[in-house]
Amino acid sequence: MSDSKFKNPIVAWIDYRLPVFSFMEHELHEYPTPKNLNYWWNFGSLAGIILVIMIVTGIVLAMHYTAHTAFAFDSVERIMRDVNYGWLIRYVHMNGASAFFIVVFIHIFRGMYFGSYKSPREILWILGVVIMLIMMATAFLGYVLPWGQMSFWGATVITNLFSAIPIVGDSIVTLLWGGFSVDNPTLNRFFSLHYLLPFVLVGIVVLHIVALHQHGSNNPIGIDTKSPQDTIPFHPYYTVKDLFGLGVFLVLFFGFVFFAPNYLGHPDNYIEANPLVTPPHIVPEWYFLPFYAILRSFTADALIYLPISWLMSAKLAGVLAMFASIMVLFILPWLDHSPVRSARFRPLYKQFFWLLVIDCIILGICGAKPAEAPWTYIAQAATAYYFLHFIVILPLLGFFEKTKPLPTSISEPVLKGGGGASSAASAKPMEKA
Amino acid sequence: MASSADKAGDGAHGAEEGETRRDFLMLATGAFGAFGAAAAAWPLIDQMNPAADTLASSSTEVNLEPIKPGQRVLIKWRGKPVFIVRRTKAQIDEARAVKLADLVDPETDEARAKKAEWLIIVGVCTHLGCIPAGTKEGELKGEFGGWFCPCHGSHYDTSGRIRKGPAPKNLPVPAYEFLSDKLVKIG
Ligand code: HEM
Ligand code: FES
Repeated sequence: MSDSKFKNPIVAWIDYRLPVFSFMEHELHEYPTPKNLNYWWNFGSLAGIILVIMIVTGIVLAMHYTAHTAFAFDSVERIMRDVNYGWLIRYVHMNGASAFFIVVFIHIFRGMYFGSYKSPREILWILGVVIMLIMMATAFLGYVLPWGQMSFWGATVITNLFSAIPIVGDSIVTLLWGGFSVDNPTLNRFFSLHYLLPFVLVGIVVLHIVALHQHGSNNPIGIDTKSPQDTIPFHPYYTVKDLFGLGVFLVLFFGFVFFAPNYLGHPDNYIEANPLVTPPHIVPEWYFLPFYAILRSFTADALIYLPISWLMSAKLAGVLAMFASIMVLFILPWLDHSPVRSARFRPLYKQFFWLLVIDCIILGICGAKPAEAPWTYIAQAATAYYFLHFIVILPLLGFFEKTKPLPTSISEPVLKGGGGASSAASAKPMEKA
Repeated sequence: MASSADKAGDGAHGAEEGETRRDFLMLATGAFGAFGAAAAAWPLIDQMNPAADTLASSSTEVNLEPIKPGQRVLIKWRGKPVFIVRRTKAQIDEARAVKLADLVDPETDEARAKKAEWLIIVGVCTHLGCIPAGTKEGELKGEFGGWFCPCHGSHYDTSGRIRKGPAPKNLPVPAYEFLSDKLVKIG
């Protein structure tokens, strides 16, 4: 025990029996991190922090929330008006969900740009896609809880998606509802699951990090770290950088919470749910819009539906396409088989990447518009392009793209003035890492 | 069962015959275990289905007396809307004149209305569950004079059959029976 690496005797005593401190030391301090990570690498830790914020505010909200159709709406209004700081806690939870998706979407596109899903990080990537799926389920369930008009009709439309499944579809929908429409049994189970899933998420995030630490972070150049010269300890270098990023994030986030808390929401959700009145224009939360646009693109007369029209109804095709748009991410590591990770050395891929980003934004805009011309046509074209990108363009690029030569190490471009010329000139090789 | 399978494995059965017996025991154990797991899972799944009280409160009686010819009313059954229409002669004729070949989900009007004068249908769009407009005075009725679902643009005719738009099926007819001329029980 005396030769423990911890000076503090209590820490050493505990660590000898339960190696939590060794573990933290290993994962946070000694953990060697590529020294060239840029700000796009901030979004992973941000996502983790938001998950904690969501769980803390959620548990507190649950202390005042009543999961019953007769009381849910009023209990949320009571949180807003009467519970001490209830308004703050709810607005943080509400906008936190949006922030969570912004951060995770950026995190995912970061992975796509720098090829972080490629070997040996395929499982890390797949776990990430699972995290996104569970987040979506959680956010959908949570949005039903305040029992406003959008809660109710959103829940109705989304649960009805399952009725598209041949033969058993209707039984599945009844099973989900626990009745014959979205009603009290539905609200109760949604609350139960909304409470559960974030903790499942914590479990998967842990696995995500285990997979990450197995081979370490990717980096903007996308080549493996070769020597200690290429890395720096995570703490204090990246803990400080992550904290700085957190500060910037919190300024923006609380800007929304305090000055535009309902900007991303829909006013109809402040009208209590009414099962006998459908609002004229139903839209999901903004983070579901691109997927919603894909769902609606499949109509009986759509060009993209023609090739499969003999096989299934347009409704089923839309539902399958929506799920497929996420499922395709699972096989992304194998669709993109180019050996080069980072888009910096892939001139064509870089352009297609940005086209995909634009395509997703267009889909999002279409999802918010009523299903009428010209939006339906734009959405159909954008849907077609989305799948074209993954199923056709990426595999072909792997064969035909002429990539730029890769640096031999992470340190090399810095030392030879690969970045800004002036700053690199004064840089000297590091003696020690 | 599992322990006897283990014993068979532990014993010095080099012989061919012993291998087959052990394989059989393993398979039987596996099948038995899978069956047990499924049996244990079923209550946990089936609890999500409608409970007895939900099922019990699932029929509604409606007095048809106050409904005038041509009038459409909306009542609530099992938490969802049901349209009851007292159809005029013209509306009935219109619905019955349609050729089956023109229908997305072919069904005769005769099969959909037990009494031609009364059309009783569930007012839930078969696309994704919105309530089609057209029941209240002044609402859009769509291109076929029946109902129009604003969510994604489905048009239904005076028999509640889907004619145009993304919905795949006709508005469903609930189980109902006429208790008397002026009283109907839905469900
Ligand atoms: C992954 C993390 C989570 C996400 C993305 C999430 C998302 C959401 C969303 C979008 C809402 C609707 C907000 C509104 O419009 O009013 C909501 C409400 C709610 N959530 Fe969560 N949530 C998360 C975690 C939790 C946890 C761990 C709990 C703990 C019980 C919780 C409890 C609640 C409650 C009680 C409500 C209803 C009150 C309200 O509407 O503000 N949430 N959640
Ligand atoms: S729900 Fe009626 S058209 Fe989609």
